[in-house]
Amino acid sequence: MEWALFLIFALVAAVAAAGMVLQRSPIYSALCLILALFAQGGLYVLLHAELIAAVHIFVYAGAIMVLFLFVIMLLDLRPESHPPVQFNRVGVLAGFVLAGALLVELALGVGPRIILGPRGPYDLETLRMVGNTQAVGRVLFGEYLIPFELTSVILLAAMVGAMVLAKRRLE
Amino acid sequence: MMDFLVATVLKIALVMGLVLLAVAYLTWLERKVIGDIQVRYGPSRVGRFGLLQPIADGIKLMFKEDIVPANADRLIFCLAPAISIIPALIVFAVIPFGPSFVITDVNVGLLYVFAVTSLGVYGIVLAGWASNSKYALLGGLRSSAQMVSYELSLGLSVVGVVMMAGSLSLVDIVEAQKGSWYGILPRWNVIPQFLGFVIFLVSSNAELNRAPFDLPEAETELVAGFHTEYSSMKFALFFMAEYANMIGASAMATTLFLGGWQGPLLPPVFWFVLKVFCFLFLFMWLRATVPRFRYDQLMGFGWKVLLPLALVNVMFTAAALLMFA
Amino acid sequence: MVPLWAYLFLSAFLFAVGVVGVATRRNALVIFMSIELMLNAVNLSFVAFARFLHSLDGQVFVFFVMTVAAAEVAVGLAIIIAIFRNAETVNVDEVHLLKG
Repeated sequence: MEWALFLIFALVAAVAAAGMVLQRSPIYSALCLILALFAQGGLYVLLHAELIAAVHIFVYAGAIMVLFLFVIMLLDLRPESHPPVQFNRVGVLAGFVLAGALLVELALGVGPRIILGPRGPYDLETLRMVGNTQAVGRVLFGEYLIPFELTSVILLAAMVGAMVLAKRRLE
Repeated sequence: MMDFLVATVLKIALVMGLVLLAVAYLTWLERKVIGDIQVRYGPSRVGRFGLLQPIADGIKLMFKEDIVPANADRLIFCLAPAISIIPALIVFAVIPFGPSFVITDVNVGLLYVFAVTSLGVYGIVLAGWASNSKYALLGGLRSSAQMVSYELSLGLSVVGVVMMAGSLSLVDIVEAQKGSWYGILPRWNVIPQFLGFVIFLVSSNAELNRAPFDLPEAETELVAGFHTEYSSMKFALFFMAEYANMIGASAMATTLFLGGWQGPLLPPVFWFVLKVFCFLFLFMWLRATVPRFRYDQLMGFGWKVLLPLALVNVMFTAAALLMFA
Repeated sequence: MVPLWAYLFLSAFLFAVGVVGVATRRNALVIFMSIELMLNAVNLSFVAFARFLHSLDGQVFVFFVMTVAAAEVAVGLAIIIAIFRNAETVNVDEVHLLKG
């Protein structure tokens, strides 16, 4: 059952990701990416990261990709104005080399021996008892409190930056 | 395993059937209520009190010619109504209708609801884009900006509720509203979280694209907005999605702020339906009474009034919880 | 149970697709989406490792990646709009001059 679900989600994610690169029109690219993100959300649920799955869909599908669509529509990029996708050899080569390198690394490092670090305290039983949300919350606001606070600075900077850039003219 | 599957499928079928029936009769109710407010009759010809009107409308829509504009993007044009109605329906998977009557109790139920409802905007945006029509595109652009903006205050308005219940599960949130203060006042979140409640209602009205926030389909300026080019069942799906979303928003308001199915004497499901009905009536009343916002007013209201208020609400709730609990 | 390597292979594949997208496509928006895909591929391996190491650090990191991605999208799309306003195109090959 788990394998079946994994294979479905993985296949959808892989095909949709490939579709995103191959599609001519940016709006179809965006739709493919949304589909891939959905499949990824399903994989997060399979990995028992329910909170991450919900936040992932909320942030990526609900906000980021809507912004992408908004910009595509605002600039009114119709497919006619786009030449067919031409793949320059260097790019494709770079991709394949990288994919090969990653696969070799995986095969050497994790494949046969499964080298893993020390186990943490949160196995499935503990998570089920504490609740996924509560457990993540404790780690996020305990151990990682300062990084968490720092992300707010990033967001503030991004907010100001986006407004300055997108405004037509600063009076 | 088998029993679990059968029970779940039965529950889903029951809930979906009831929701779709409610959607059909909500159109009748809305026409009647608005008719009464405007001192006219509303539907009265088909059946007694026009009770068969939704069925007549359904048959009419089904047999209408299905037109796809010549320059439209066929695939997205056909996909958009489906994308619009699916999120509206799967929200009901986590809403507790009674003490043990919930399809599934998810640990992150509230986030699930927000994640799913935030997808409804795709249906509108894609419909607007795929129609290849000025009015539809404008409607789609407006709605994407509007829905993303109001989602922020909608999300922040319920943070207080989550803090008080200490859980994201909707079942737990209803449980946390059990009992009463001083034996008279029910322990519903609407009393300590009144500000959050008002923000939630206003923002969800905006998320529903209903008057006074119906700019994506403002008849007087955009013909019919994003669904200008739609006809037949595709149009009907958009219509159903709007009403299903309305029921979903009312059910969420009931669950989060009015104690869900809790109430004295009468059976829990009855209380739930009664509270949902009150919210539905409120939405209709608003539509019949309040004129439409201007676009800049709408954006300004969302960002400069609702969002700061929601943040203030979160801060006060946190401070109060620290002091008293 | 699905083993760790299955997730890692998928993650590597998605990452490689993202690289191909960045290297071959000329539309700034699609390049940007490919970057998002790469970030998400990394997120997937973070969550997979977190699950198999019984630790939540990976999930917390995903939060940070999402925050940074959201910030990046806000600024990046603003830049793309600004470029489009000046150059009337989102093709990265046509905006390579320092003096637009």
